Parts: sequence; structure tokens; C-alpha cells
Amino acid sequence: MSGAPSRHVVVVGAGPAGLAAAHAAARAGARVTVLDSADVLGGQYWRHLPASRPAANERVLHHKWGTYRELARALHAHPAVTVVPSAQVWSLERLDDGVRLNVLVGEPDAAGREARTFEPDALVLAPGAHDRTLPFPGWQLPGVYSAGAAQALAKGERVAVGRRVVVAGAGPFLLPVASSLLRTGAAVVGVHEANGLGSLARGWLDRPWELVGAAGKAGELAGYVRELVRHRVPWRPGEAVVAAHGDGQVEAVTIARLDPRWTPVPGTERQVEADAVAVSHGFTPRLELAIAAGCALTPARFVVVDAAQATSVPGVWAAGELTGIGGADAALAEGAVAGTAAAGGDLRAAGAARTARARDRSRGFAARIEAAHGIRGGWVHWLRDDTVVCRCEETTYGRLREVVDLTGSRETRSVKLTSRAGLGPCQARMCGRTLQELLDDGGSGAGAPGPACEGPAPGVDRRPVVVPVRLGDLAALPAPSASPLDPSSSMTSLPTTSLSAASQPQET
Amino acid sequence: MTSHRMPAGSDPARPGPDHPLTIWVDGEPVPGTAGQTIAGVLLGAGRRQWRTTSQDGAPRGVFCGIGVCFDCVVEVNGLRDVRACLRRAQDGDVVARQGAGPEATP
Repeated sequence: MSGAPSRHVVVVGAGPAGLAAAHAAARAGARVTVLDSADVLGGQYWRHLPASRPAANERVLHHKWGTYRELARALHAHPAVTVVPSAQVWSLERLDDGVRLNVLVGEPDAAGREARTFEPDALVLAPGAHDRTLPFPGWQLPGVYSAGAAQALAKGERVAVGRRVVVAGAGPFLLPVASSLLRTGAAVVGVHEANGLGSLARGWLDRPWELVGAAGKAGELAGYVRELVRHRVPWRPGEAVVAAHGDGQVEAVTIARLDPRWTPVPGTERQVEADAVAVSHGFTPRLELAIAAGCALTPARFVVVDAAQATSVPGVWAAGELTGIGGADAALAEGAVAGTAAAGGDLRAAGAARTARARDRSRGFAARIEAAHGIRGGWVHWLRDDTVVCRCEETTYGRLREVVDLTGSRETRSVKLTSRAGLGPCQARMCGRTLQELLDDGGSGAGAPGPACEGPAPGVDRRPVVVPVRLGDLAALPAPSASPLDPSSSMTSLPTTSLSAASQPQET
Repeated sequence: MTSHRMPAGSDPARPGPDHPLTIWVDGEPVPGTAGQTIAGVLLGAGRRQWRTTSQDGAPRGVFCGIGVCFDCVVEVNGLRDVRACLRRAQDGDVVARQGAGPEATP
């Protein structure tokens, strides 16, 4: 590439995938804008202390910290790259020849943030994922955290969520969370992985020669295991936290053995004293911008991409957890491919081809994680009628069943409207998939698919307004951006609330 | 105190000197350090709950820690519905408990 850069690539997300995409796009000659809702780069994987709290040896809290430092340095130094921190993309509009991003820039949830719009030549979506935690009795007590929260507080605040912490759920992520807690001075009482050795072996030991390419990842996990051993932290496969107890906050948890379907085995329950619990059962990709753009989804509800990370929508690429839960190595490789392609660079060039091979190797990892650690349906047996399912609206499992009985409907939208489950400010990010599974309507959801959508309907993942926006900020927006939604949607129907959109069903 | 900020002296990350700040929570001073979020200050000071739900009157604090769940919302300097896990604390911030949770119910 030569001459003045002209193609404008906007990258949403500044975790491993987004940073790699921005770097690759700039190298391929594009003008690049990086948008991230946080005020520091790195995403959740490299969540770290802000510049106002420098630490001399921060690298001990991270993996691949050198990679992060190098990417961040290169982006800040590159004349064609603009990093916009504290930039919340709150909606995406489809135009005749591309997309428009509506963005508020400023302190989180502040009034009067600066409204900006971007109409890029190419868009790379790398928004990442958030934890998925299945409900269990007592999970709404203070002291129960998602594993991601325990991790973010340890790495980004140097705060330990408790003195005696139980780590539980499913997936390799539990190991770095336990490690972070130990490095923050907490005692980890135990790490309880819901899948038993059988599932773990089938997932991880199948076709072992394919793991050779992921040796770095295996080494990272082995390092965490050594750390657990050194601290005498028991790692217990085939077990789950099935209840949390306490008066106003967590004081103890009940741990039970699970069968291979995740059904608690009667008689195996034991109570363990703990002042905090960190629980995650997997990750949910942040799909809303991809859905708003009209990107096709896979049956497992990730964004469909081709070999160049292009989505089904021209001009939109995707990388990282949005395309499969594969971890940071896959995200870095996918981001580099997506950025090169979005910039119009040559993927057959030597460097790009090597990157694409690294991406293909890392992808096998996502399939293994699902096979070894995926959620199995027996967990519903640890629910009780008084177990909160929707944390926002405090809808219980019993109420959900009552609504299903009363209305005779198992259709997600109908049950949501009657029970209010999934209609709170988190817009069903916490409970949406759980609701769908409890109602057993699989991926059919209730949302009308967008015109360009193939495969499963986006259902509970559709959120035309990505985050609640203050009405005052909406009123101040310039005319073209003020109507990104169809007239029947929520913005106009909520004149009395300051957090608009969140309370309305998003399937229009 | 259960949740707590790691003492700098034993932190393997070897943090530099703190820049102390104070926020006011329901009228009480709570000490923190510059760069912490409001949730970080509260948890670091051993406070784990600062919201009461509208339905059950139940206590809530941080759950997801990354701005997704809205459990941790507080009123900051008179403005409601601010996610404490995302907002950096400023010296003198006045933080108040939201009795009825996020204002999302029409």
C-alpha cells in the first residue's frame, strides 16, 4: 500500500481481537478508528490498573502482557490510528451502502456525553463476550459474583472479593480466576468444575495431535494448575455450587456432585463456609451490534464468518469471542485476519497467510472447550420454586412455571411479557438464554429475523438499543441519528424514564 | 471485613504510591484511591451491598463487575442509574443508595 490512507476502518472493541484488527488494518494502509466503552485499552482479557495507579510489576497479573503493551504502543504511535476511549456504541443503523454507528463518548452513564456518529468504509466487530452464570438458590446474595467480576476486580482494582472464596462453574476460565484471587491475597477454598473427568477427557484428549498447535495455551493452563497445587487448592471435577446461604450476604455454599448431565446426585451435598463465590458456566458473545447489522448467526448463535473473517453483511467483519469462544490466541489471530481484510489488504501475503493458519489452529480450541466444558441440561434440577431466575425483575422459577401453566404458552416473548423476566435494565443479558432453555424453545426465540438474517432468529440477543441511554442525551442528538429505530420500538414509548429502552421487550 | 483492597506492601504487582480520595456514601466518608471505580472503593472498604431491590427489598452490590448486569447502580452526585463498577471515583463524589433499583419500570 502506498499514498495517503483513505479507507476508513472502524474497530469496535479493544480487547485482543480488536487491538490485533486495528494494528493489522493500519499496517495494510487504512485509516483506523478504535472505539471501546472502557477508558483503558485491553478489554476484559487484559483488564488492568489505570494510568493513575501505575504498578511496577503488573505483568505478573497477566498472560501475554508484552503482546498487549506492544499493540497498545503501536496503535498510539501510528499516525493513521485514532483511539476513542470511553466510547459507548449505543446503536447501529443500516444504510443503503454501509452502516452508521451512534456513539456516546464520556464517563459511563453520565449525562451530556458527546454524541458522535461514524459511517466507516469497513467495520470490524470485536466486542467480546461476558460471563454466563446459571441461576441457583441464593445466587442473588451479595458475595456471589460472576467469575469475570472476581477477575476484573482483582486485575483492575487489586480488590479481593472475599477472604475465603469458592470458585465454581465450567470451563478453563475458572483456573485464571482462581489464580488472580490467589495473587490478590484471597484463600481459594476450592475450584469446582461441573463437568466430570469423562467429559473433560473426551473434550481435551480427543485427537491430541491437534493440540500441538495450541501448545502455548496448554502451557498456560498447566501453569495455573501448578499454582493451584502449590497453594493446596483442591480442583474438583463433576461438582457444582448448587446453593448459596446467608443472612443478607453469603456465609456458606452447598456443593454437590453432578452426574454427567449435571444433575445433582442426591446425598452428595455438603456445606462449605465461604464469604464469597465466583461462578461462571461459560460465555455469551455480545451479539447486539452484529444482529443490528443483519449478520447471519450459526445454530449455536455465534456470528458466521468466512476464511477472511467477513460476515454475511458486506463491509462488516467479526473477530474474537463473537465468532466462537476460543480465547485470546484465537482472538489475536482472527483480529489480525479481519483487520487486514477490512483494510483491503492482501490475505495471500506471507504474514497474513501465517496469521490465517494460526487462526485455524486456535479455532479447534473453541470446539474442545464446548465438548469438555459445555453446559448440560441437568442443572435445572438444582432450581427451587423460590430461586430467582431474572435478577433484574426478581422473577422466580416458580413464577415462570406458573405463567407457563396459566397462559399455556412456552413462547419466550409471551412468558417474558407476563412474568416480566428478561425485561429489566440488563435487557436479558443475564437470564435470556437461561429463559429460552427453561422454556425449551431452543434457539427459535421470538424475534422476527432481520431481512438479511439466516439461521436461528436472534431472539433474546436482539437489542436495538445496546445500552440504556438517558432521554436528555437522545433529545440532544442531531436529526439523522435520532431515529435509528422503527417507530414501534421502545425509545418513543417511554417518556417517563431516564433509562429508556431497557424495560421494553426488544423483539419488535 | 470480607472484600478488601490488597495491601500494597504484599502486592506482587508492586503498585506505586496511592493517591487517596474520599467519597461520601449515604453521608458517610469512604476512603479509596485514585483510579478505583466506585464499586472498587466500596468493595475495597468492605462494603458489599449498596442497593435495595424494588420487588423483594433485597440487598445487591456487584455481580458481573463489567457493566452488563446493572445490579450495582447507584446515584452519583444526584444522577441516578450510574453503574458503580464502571464509573471511576472522584474525590468528593456523593453516592446515594437507590431504593427502587434502576428506573426501568414504566
